[in-house]
Amino acid sequence: MELFDNLALGFSVALSLQNIFYCFVGALLGTLIGVLPGLGPVATIAMLLPLTFGLPPVSALIMLAGIYYGAQYGGSTTAILINLPGESSSVVTAIDGHQMARKGRAGAALATAALGSFFAGSVATLLLALFAPPLANLALQFGPPEYFSLMVLGLIASVTLASGSVVKAIAMIVLGLILGLSGQDIYTGTPRFTFDLPELSDGFDFVALAMGMFGISEIIRNLEDEHQRSLVAAKVKSLMLTKEEFKRIIAPVLRGTALGSFLGILPGGGAMLSSFASYSIEKKLSRHPQEFGRGAIEGVAGPESANNAGAQTSFIPMLTLGIPSNPVMALMIGALIIQGITPGPNVVTEKPDLFWGVIASMWVGNFMLVLLNLPLIGMWVKLLTVPYHVMFPAIIAFCCIGVYSVNNNVFDVYTMALFGLLGYALVKLDCEPAPLLLGFVIGPMLEEYLRRAMLISRGDPTVFVTRPISAVLLLLALAALVVVLLPSVQRGREEAFKE
Amino acid sequence: MNIIRNPKDVLSGLLFIALGLLFGWQTQELPMGTAVRMGPGYFPLLLSALLGLLGLIILINGLRFPGEMPSGIAWRALLIITGALVFFGFGVRPLGFLPALGVSVFVSALASRLFTFRTALLNTAVMVVFAWAVFIKGLGLPLPLLGPWLGGY
Repeated sequence: MELFDNLALGFSVALSLQNIFYCFVGALLGTLIGVLPGLGPVATIAMLLPLTFGLPPVSALIMLAGIYYGAQYGGSTTAILINLPGESSSVVTAIDGHQMARKGRAGAALATAALGSFFAGSVATLLLALFAPPLANLALQFGPPEYFSLMVLGLIASVTLASGSVVKAIAMIVLGLILGLSGQDIYTGTPRFTFDLPELSDGFDFVALAMGMFGISEIIRNLEDEHQRSLVAAKVKSLMLTKEEFKRIIAPVLRGTALGSFLGILPGGGAMLSSFASYSIEKKLSRHPQEFGRGAIEGVAGPESANNAGAQTSFIPMLTLGIPSNPVMALMIGALIIQGITPGPNVVTEKPDLFWGVIASMWVGNFMLVLLNLPLIGMWVKLLTVPYHVMFPAIIAFCCIGVYSVNNNVFDVYTMALFGLLGYALVKLDCEPAPLLLGFVIGPMLEEYLRRAMLISRGDPTVFVTRPISAVLLLLALAALVVVLLPSVQRGREEAFKE
Repeated sequence: MNIIRNPKDVLSGLLFIALGLLFGWQTQELPMGTAVRMGPGYFPLLLSALLGLLGLIILINGLRFPGEMPSGIAWRALLIITGALVFFGFGVRPLGFLPALGVSVFVSALASRLFTFRTALLNTAVMVVFAWAVFIKGLGLPLPLLGPWLGGY
């Protein structure tokens, strides 16, 4: 079996002492930021990107991945214990998880979250190992027109699944694409959108943009309304589940895993959408729906499995097609590009150690999280008592150091400040910054494939609809757009995201 | 207020239109090329036009459907944090890495309404020592600790 050979290779990479260390660091940091409200995985990964430049690509990616799924775990801990979701994906966990904690079943809720997440993570990792290589093979058959259409589909789909106004989100993508094109044109070397500044000859710095849009603007937003947090953490007694509880979580965990694995692959899906979808499904299917909101264990098991599965499978399009499905994946692609690796289907064949190593490390990391999280809960809760007004100057310091150390260039610091302001302004106008980052990463690739496709077709734009695969991809994109813009669906979406 | 029903949409529409015009104007000095051989300006112009168009749609929507005013802008935090970042940029060369960092941390702490002199000073001290230990000693980043203005090199 080729799969086992590949997985063996993966584990040999992931279990090297160095990579175990980085996996551990990533998982630990991820849990930490997951616990701390007001600091998300996107900002943290952006801050830590510069530190990974010196590492080998595998270790860098393993650590960054660890931060991402670690954050899903950490977020649920605080959601259950103090009704304060550290991550957006654990908002629904807080509903029933905290109610369980108030009934003295905090330990059971935490154990359910950990077990469900671990199971879902394992299954999703296996799915990744199974489906990623064939998908990459398929993608290798793609020519420039197919790639162009695939990217258009990815961008459109990421918007339709996100919350908020679709037109605004598309405008944000286009703005991101334009910003991504800044710097020298790849074919002619002509400087574009550099505003005659020599510092912009390589374009806007990726790290500065990400930190500004997600780190700085988020700090300003958090400072809008400050209030002293008064925290009463629920006591954790026993982590054991009763037999009856155990029976009740099996089906939700399985359903959550399946749902999360599927939604994670879709662009714009990932952890948050998965957990919301799982909660509403569990509530509909449950034999005692009146318990939901009052501490139903299914309301913890389903969403927690779903968000972890979704976090894991969102690596599939990133690793096989080089297309990010959410901002975290956009950062991963940025990290790969900085490491000199072109993301895309070639990664599987040309860098098997990277590909399989990262996959195997996810399983290792998930296992570590179970070991790490349950005994250390007391410590995480203590951390929460660090008030935000002490924390955010430290985040500012890390942003400054991080962005300056990339190129030793003060211009990048100003770029970060500028994007911090722009990001804040856009958020105030209800424009989500996530699509902009996706566009920024995809911009150069999109243009390259467009130019190549037009060269092949001798300038005939119908090439995108006469080639069957490309036509299907574009039709899907169109369908996604039409469906979302239908008034009835729009109302449903608003309701779905209200909770 | 009768014409502008949704200030958020109107403002963001205007912002996107302005950015579309700005970038579109920037492409004017670039060779366009033809559809077969696209020049450096072709795709950027296309995108700028699209951005302007989307901005227009958002603007019109903002005039048609009611919505809210953007609320509660944290001007104090906005100004202080931007100031702290710009100070770091200006200061890191002439003052050196650690002094610039220290001042930036202290200044940014002022952005909070829960600011107290003691915690801010303590925070600054901890961050400076931490940055020195981790980034200079630990990771060996080649940053001058003290700049020429403070007797460094």
